[in-house]
Amino acid sequence: MQHEVMFAGFGGQGILSSGKILAHAAMEEGHQVVWIPSYGPEMRGGTAYCMVFISRKVINSPVVRNPLHLVAMNRPSLKKFAPLIKPKGIILINSSLIKIGSGRDDIEELRVPVNEIAKDLGDPKSANIVALAAFVARSNIVAFDNLLKSIEHEFINKNGALPLCMKAAEAGRKAGLP
Amino acid sequence: MGKVLMKGNEAIAEAAIRAGCLNYFAYPITPQSEVAEYMARKLPEKGGVFLQGESEIAVGYMVFGAAGCGERVMTTSSGPGISLMSEALSFIACAQLPAVFVNIMRTGPGLGGILPSQADYFQATKGGGHGDYRLIVLAPSSVQEAVEMVMMAFPLSEKYRNPVMILGDGLIGQMMEPVEFPENLIVKPTRKNKWAANGMDTRKSKKRNIVKSLILDPETMNTHNLLLKEKYDQIRKKEVRFETYNMTKPYKVLIVSYGTMARVCKTAVDLLKEEGIEVGLLRPKTLFPFPEKKIREAAAKAHCKMVLSIEMSMGQMVEDVERSVQGKCPVRWYGKCGGEIPPPKELMEMIKGLKL
Repeated sequence: MQHEVMFAGFGGQGILSSGKILAHAAMEEGHQVVWIPSYGPEMRGGTAYCMVFISRKVINSPVVRNPLHLVAMNRPSLKKFAPLIKPKGIILINSSLIKIGSGRDDIEELRVPVNEIAKDLGDPKSANIVALAAFVARSNIVAFDNLLKSIEHEFINKNGALPLCMKAAEAGRKAGLP
Repeated sequence: MGKVLMKGNEAIAEAAIRAGCLNYFAYPITPQSEVAEYMARKLPEKGGVFLQGESEIAVGYMVFGAAGCGERVMTTSSGPGISLMSEALSFIACAQLPAVFVNIMRTGPGLGGILPSQADYFQATKGGGHGDYRLIVLAPSSVQEAVEMVMMAFPLSEKYRNPVMILGDGLIGQMMEPVEFPENLIVKPTRKNKWAANGMDTRKSKKRNIVKSLILDPETMNTHNLLLKEKYDQIRKKEVRFETYNMTKPYKVLIVSYGTMARVCKTAVDLLKEEGIEVGLLRPKTLFPFPEKKIREAAAKAHCKMVLSIEMSMGQMVEDVERSVQGKCPVRWYGKCGGEIPPPKELMEMIKGLKL
C-alpha cells in the first residue's frame, strides 16, 4: 500500500524538514520514498507544503490529488487540504494555532497543541518535531526508533539543536499516542 | 556507499563532480539553482572551478571556452537561461566540442513561471539556436536516472564531440528520492589532443589546433554540414534509448510520454489495468535521437487503435510521434502547461472517454 503524507503550514514552521525527516526514516526502513516540496517565489510567512510518498513498491506517479494523511500546522492549510484527504486517513491539527476542526467524520482527527508543547520545552522552533513525532506515534507509518535515528541524522551537525529535538520528539510521541 | 536521500538538482551536481567535471559555469534561475549552490560549495574542495557568469550569454561562452580547451564542462539552467545560451550552443555544435547542458524546465513562454513544464522540447530537440545542428537530448524520469544520465552525458558528448542536453522538468530538480551513485563514475576522457586548443606543449605534433565556427567558403561550409549530418545520422542509428511499460499486452491505446509525465502515465496504466483496459506506454529516454522505429512498429499492431502523446506542453513531442507513426494509426495530444501536472485519475478518465 502507498501512503501519502502532506505537511502544510507557513514558511518557517519547518514543514519541508519534517517531511524530509519522515522520508529519510522510511528510506532507512527499506521503503521506496519520494519527497516533493511546494516551491514558489515565497518567503518566511508564505504558504509551504510538502508531500511524502512511502511505499513497498516502486512509486510511479509523484502527483496525487487525494493524499492519505495531513499534518496541518496552520488554519489556511487545514481549510484548503482537509477536504482532499482520503477516508480513514489521519489529520493532525496544530490546535495552538487552529481553533476549528477538520469538518470530516470519516477520518481520524488528532488535535495537538504543538506550539505550546514546544514553548514549554524551551524553544518554539521545535514545534515541527512535536507534530511529526505525534503523527508517527499515531500512524506507526515508520517505527518510532527509526524516526529518532533520522532526527539525529538531520540535527547532529546543527549547533547543539539535537537534545531539544529529542525532547520534542518524546513530548510529541506522548501527545500522539492513541 | 548506500542509498542517500537527495534532491534531483543536488544529485545532478554530485554526479557531474564524480564524473570528473571540474568546470561548471552558471547563472541562478529557479527551479535549478541548487545545482549552482552545490557546485559553489563542493567544486573548490575538488580543485575545480565554479564561476557565476554575469548572464547566461556569458555562461554559454565560458562553456565554449572550457570545452575548446578540452576540459570536461557543464552548465545548468532553465528555459529562459537556455534561450540566452542558445547562440553559444550553436557555436559549440559547429565547432564540434563536447559539453553538457542541463535544462530543468519551467513553464513558458516568456519569463513564464517556475513550476514544472516540458515546453522546451522544441528548443532542445529542434535547436534553440541557429543553423543545422542537433543536440543529443536525454530525458530522466527519476533522480536516480538523472544521475545515470549525467554519468552517460560526458562520455557521449566526448564520443561524438557534440553537446548533450539533459532535459528534466522542475519536479525532477526539486524532488528528493533515494539515489545510489555508481562506484566507477569517472569515465576516462577520450583523446582530445587532435582537436583541443590545449597548448602546443601537450603534444608532439607541430600542428596547431584551431577551434572556430566561422566558415566563409561555401564549399567548405557545405562539407562541414555534411560531416555534421553524418554524425547526427550515426547518433540516430546508435543512441536511441527508451523504456516500455505494459507493451506485451494487446493494448488499444499506446501512450508516448517522457520524464515526470511518463511516471504519472505509468500509474494511469496500472489503474486502467485494474478495470480491464490495457494501455501500453513507451517512454523515450532519448528525445534526440527519437525512438521512431519502435513507435512506428508499436503503432502498427492490429490491436492498437490510437497513439497518445501526453506531455506537459501544448503539443510539441506529438509532432515527432506523428512523424514516427506515419499515418498507421490516429495520433492525439493531451497535456497541460501551466505548471500543474495532470494526476493519474485525470488521465484515466480521459483515456476511458476516448472514442476508439
